Amino acid sequence: MTSATETFLDNPLGTSVTIDGVMDDFEFLDDWEDRYAYIIDLGKQLPAFPDEARVENNYVHGCQSQVWLIHYFDEASGKLYLLIDSDAMIVRGLAAIILVALNGRTPRELLTTDIDELFETLDLFRHISPTRGNGLRAMVGKIRDIAATQVPSEPPSRV
Amino acid sequence: MTDLSVAKTVTRQGLDVEAVRRDFPILTQCINNKPLVYLDNGASAQKPIAVLDAMDRYYREMHSNVHRGAHTLGDRATAAFEGARETVRGFLNAASTREIIWTRGTTEAINLVANGLAGKLQPDDEILVSRMEHHANIVPWQMLAERTGAKVVPVQVTHEGELDLDSFDQLLNDKTRILALTHVSNVLGTVNPIKSLVAKAKARGVFTVVDGAQAVPHFQPDVQAIDCDFYTFSAHKLFGPTGIGVLYGREALLEAMPPYQGGGEMIERVSFEKTTWNTLPYKFEAGTPAIAEAVGLGAAIDYLGTLDRVAMEAAEQALLARANALVATVPGMEVIGTARHKVPVMSFKIAGLHPSDIGTLLDQQGIAIRTGHHCAMPLMEFFGVPGTARASFAFYNTLDEVEQLFTALQKIQRLFA
Repeated sequence: MTSATETFLDNPLGTSVTIDGVMDDFEFLDDWEDRYAYIIDLGKQLPAFPDEARVENNYVHGCQSQVWLIHYFDEASGKLYLLIDSDAMIVRGLAAIILVALNGRTPRELLTTDIDELFETLDLFRHISPTRGNGLRAMVGKIRDIAATQVPSEPPSRV
Repeated sequence: MTDLSVAKTVTRQGLDVEAVRRDFPILTQCINNKPLVYLDNGASAQKPIAVLDAMDRYYREMHSNVHRGAHTLGDRATAAFEGARETVRGFLNAASTREIIWTRGTTEAINLVANGLAGKLQPDDEILVSRMEHHANIVPWQMLAERTGAKVVPVQVTHEGELDLDSFDQLLNDKTRILALTHVSNVLGTVNPIKSLVAKAKARGVFTVVDGAQAVPHFQPDVQAIDCDFYTFSAHKLFGPTGIGVLYGREALLEAMPPYQGGGEMIERVSFEKTTWNTLPYKFEAGTPAIAEAVGLGAAIDYLGTLDRVAMEAAEQALLARANALVATVPGMEVIGTARHKVPVMSFKIAGLHPSDIGTLLDQQGIAIRTGHHCAMPLMEFFGVPGTARASFAFYNTLDEVEQLFTALQKIQRLFA
């Protein structure tokens, strides 16, 4: 196993850190400063992103900041592992929340996830809605495209 | 003259900013539970009640199509519409309303000129722009260059964000056919010495096009004094409605230019043998125009006419001076664009923070600014930044709001520290 593969598999986001856990943490945070400090901290938990992967093919378009996304499909478990990077701190935090929700799932799970329901859940974090060029929708779109290439027999459902 | 008509033209002496703010209903609201601090005027300015009322009244009392003449409403609409054109003429000090063309905005106005000058260009001719132009004053010229084989050549800027005048003098040459320059930079706030640059270009027989979109919200240009061939602006940045803008063009040049779009209104006579064009300005106004928006723009200019212009400019400079004085209170903050002559616009970066981080967290505190490349990617490249955060002030902003901005920036800086 290469170290690059380990970076994918050892990512706590979406494996040991779960969306329910993050939601629970959020409930204790009252004001915007605490919430954003928490989001920024989550962004700091993103695993190191390989420099050589910052290329056009991995670039996520539609964000105000620069965002890159790569994946590793683990044949053994049939799960898709993701890494995201951005030069904006809040976008890194949002990317971490997306990974918490979608990392380490099977492509079929990803394609059947109700994205609007996910965004509604994220909206409970208050002010984290897929708008204003923060790239939430672009990142999720790219993940679903990747998932679709892993199950070529079925076209992705359009949401 | 009656007292009433005198009262109507009296200028408010000085600038009572609290009184002025009451003229802008949108400003009195909360965003994210904080009083709105609107510092994104460079993107679009807010509208006074006078504009809202004029447009409302137009639709309630006089709407009909213009220039048809068969009934009273049509006459009223035409009078209001052409009255607005006269108001714009006066605002720019153009010689005639034949020189005032309605467009959808600055972008369309520049595209109209680029299209109209196509016949004047030959391969290897040069179109001189600058590195601080908005994309709207770059891309139409690139498209024109593509069509004609001409070249778009950028004048460089200095690290202070001023136009590099040596670069200008070197690049203006016998091949230059068009000079297209912004009066004020949307990113930097720099006021360019447009009159002397236009004079140098005209001495060589170069067509001169001035993008005034960011100038008119801050001061009143005089197109005859500037002596440019074309001057453009958008109503929505001048406290008027969206969807309408102005192209001023020298009458002889407009006469010589082909129409931009074909259709109703712009023709004199249509037949399958030969169609002839309407007179100026209608030759360039195909289709039913934005009538209510023209009326709204006229009302915006009339509103500005009631204010003390000198006091207004002084108040704006006071806002900029206060902002400049507070920069040092935010660790890692750096202003991009420190020209000597600026309108109250402040582009900045904060070490370690992406502009989008700054914008998101200011919004949480009720403060609206713009972040990103500001449709000026060549300028971002020059300064080596992916984008900037930009606070752009208007005369209705207060010194207290400037201070709120910096208190908010200090808070954000601590959040990331």
